[in-house]
Amino acid sequence: MTNIPLVTAQNTPRRAPWGRWGIQSAAWTYVTLMLLIPLAVIFQDGLRGGLGELWQSVTSPIAWSALRLTLWTSALMAVVNAIMGTLTAFVLVRYNFPGKGLLNAIVDLPLAIPTLVTGVMLVVLYGPQSFIGAWLKDQMNWKIIFAPPGIVLALLFVNFPFVVRAVQPVLQRLDRESEVAAATLGAGSVTIFWRVILPALWLPIASGALLSFARAIGEFGAIVIVAGNIPLRSQTAAVYVFGEVESANRQGASAMSIVMLSLAFTLVLFVDWLRKRGRKDSEE
Amino acid sequence: MTTLAQPTAEVNATTPRPQNISRSMSAWRRRLLIGIVVAYAALLILAPLTALVSGAFAKGIGASFTALRDPAVFSAFLLTLYIAFITVAVHALFGTVLAWVLVRYRFRGHWLLNGVIDLPFAVSPVVVGYMLLLLFGRTGVLAPVLEALNIKVAFAVPGMILATLFVTLPFMAREVMPVLEAFGVEQEQAAATLGASGWQTFWMVTFPALRWGFIYGVILTFARALGEFGAVLVIGGGVQGRTETVTLFIYRALDERQYVGAYSAALVLGLLSLALVVGTEFLRKRENR
Repeated sequence: MTNIPLVTAQNTPRRAPWGRWGIQSAAWTYVTLMLLIPLAVIFQDGLRGGLGELWQSVTSPIAWSALRLTLWTSALMAVVNAIMGTLTAFVLVRYNFPGKGLLNAIVDLPLAIPTLVTGVMLVVLYGPQSFIGAWLKDQMNWKIIFAPPGIVLALLFVNFPFVVRAVQPVLQRLDRESEVAAATLGAGSVTIFWRVILPALWLPIASGALLSFARAIGEFGAIVIVAGNIPLRSQTAAVYVFGEVESANRQGASAMSIVMLSLAFTLVLFVDWLRKRGRKDSEE
Repeated sequence: MTTLAQPTAEVNATTPRPQNISRSMSAWRRRLLIGIVVAYAALLILAPLTALVSGAFAKGIGASFTALRDPAVFSAFLLTLYIAFITVAVHALFGTVLAWVLVRYRFRGHWLLNGVIDLPFAVSPVVVGYMLLLLFGRTGVLAPVLEALNIKVAFAVPGMILATLFVTLPFMAREVMPVLEAFGVEQEQAAATLGASGWQTFWMVTFPALRWGFIYGVILTFARALGEFGAVLVIGGGVQGRTETVTLFIYRALDERQYVGAYSAALVLGLLSLALVVGTEFLRKRENR
């Protein structure tokens, strides 16, 4: 979705026009077969009974509670991720300290680890058989695994890189002169952070957080292990779709799938629009 | 979103600090912020990782090895590698073609093609599996065709390959595109002027320049394919010995309370993906130096 500068090879000698058509249609065929047809089928299936029927399936008690749980855990994750991601990027760009290289590497770790493995890790650490899990349950009567806190933790783990990696490059390019100017004018460092640094970072923070939110809506591997599959309590939208598919309830599965897809696509398009606008602003 | 690809430049912190802040206060704040971030990363990422390692070896290294020597684990690893290799082969070819078309040509629908290839990032893996089931399942749209040709896609390996292909589609194109853009066309034009054919130009001029984008795309695709779970669970069904990949084995083992086997397989899978991604990053950094 990036804006690509126009580099064409159309006037390169010796490239026959049929080669150009051939390669373009190969690309279109590949994307159509792989992506567009499967996506079209799900919309066709879910909208067969019209929007009313779709609405009815999604608002049935179990589906509705799964959707609500997904949305609030994802939103909470996005907020925490925005704050901690910005802070992590700030520390990585502005400070030097022993172990900085390691911290920088840890940020990318969640991208390399399968999400199912992430779920297993959290169960080992906080599950009922673990030391911490048992202690929390006995002392505080607090459950992490098979409950919403586990879902939020899993989402935080999986989405940790997104805000950090969106903010980091912008912070690196940020002009230090305006900060020095603000300091010369008597602004304290807290004021400088809020009034000078943060306004320049809101776009990468927002796009990183929203993208992680979009991904969180569909997260399955980490959650199905951590949250279990308890309807009305710890069942998220993706786990709900899985259950409906297993029990051959096409109506429910298709309806929820369409809602998830629409939400995620809208968010991704919105982030794309934000970034384009940001680029235009900085060009002016 | 494939931010893994960007090596982050180290920024030195020797830039002059605003003078009016007392030095001790800013040092205190610095320590606090670093402390918070390090604690967060350690608790969120490192603690679960350590827990998995200790969980896998809880009954001793011998027990873990015995669990991993289970024939079910072996066949699961074989199937996972098989699917991952086919996925990489398909995407290495078509992903590069896609990147080429998007960077080098302007045409109607360019924005659509460019936008659409990011969609798999936002589609839930369960939904991916379900889509394929709607297409290839017993009551699916293509069921009559498949029956006539006597091909089995759902609850079989071909369906799992398709699911993995869908999920990993963006990586190759998104890694190759920026490198191709940065490379430009001058050297190709020079080669063409000197009489090289299109193929010669591609293999001797363009491809060597794309090498790192290509390798990185392949590694990310492979790592992602190794770890795919939701989509292959729905379309493959996870039948032991037939459509059970490593992730599906882990899922079943947890269900059957074979904890040592599940944790050990999860550890091996996690380390494998990690080694691939970290290893490539290391190689690239060394070459850049």
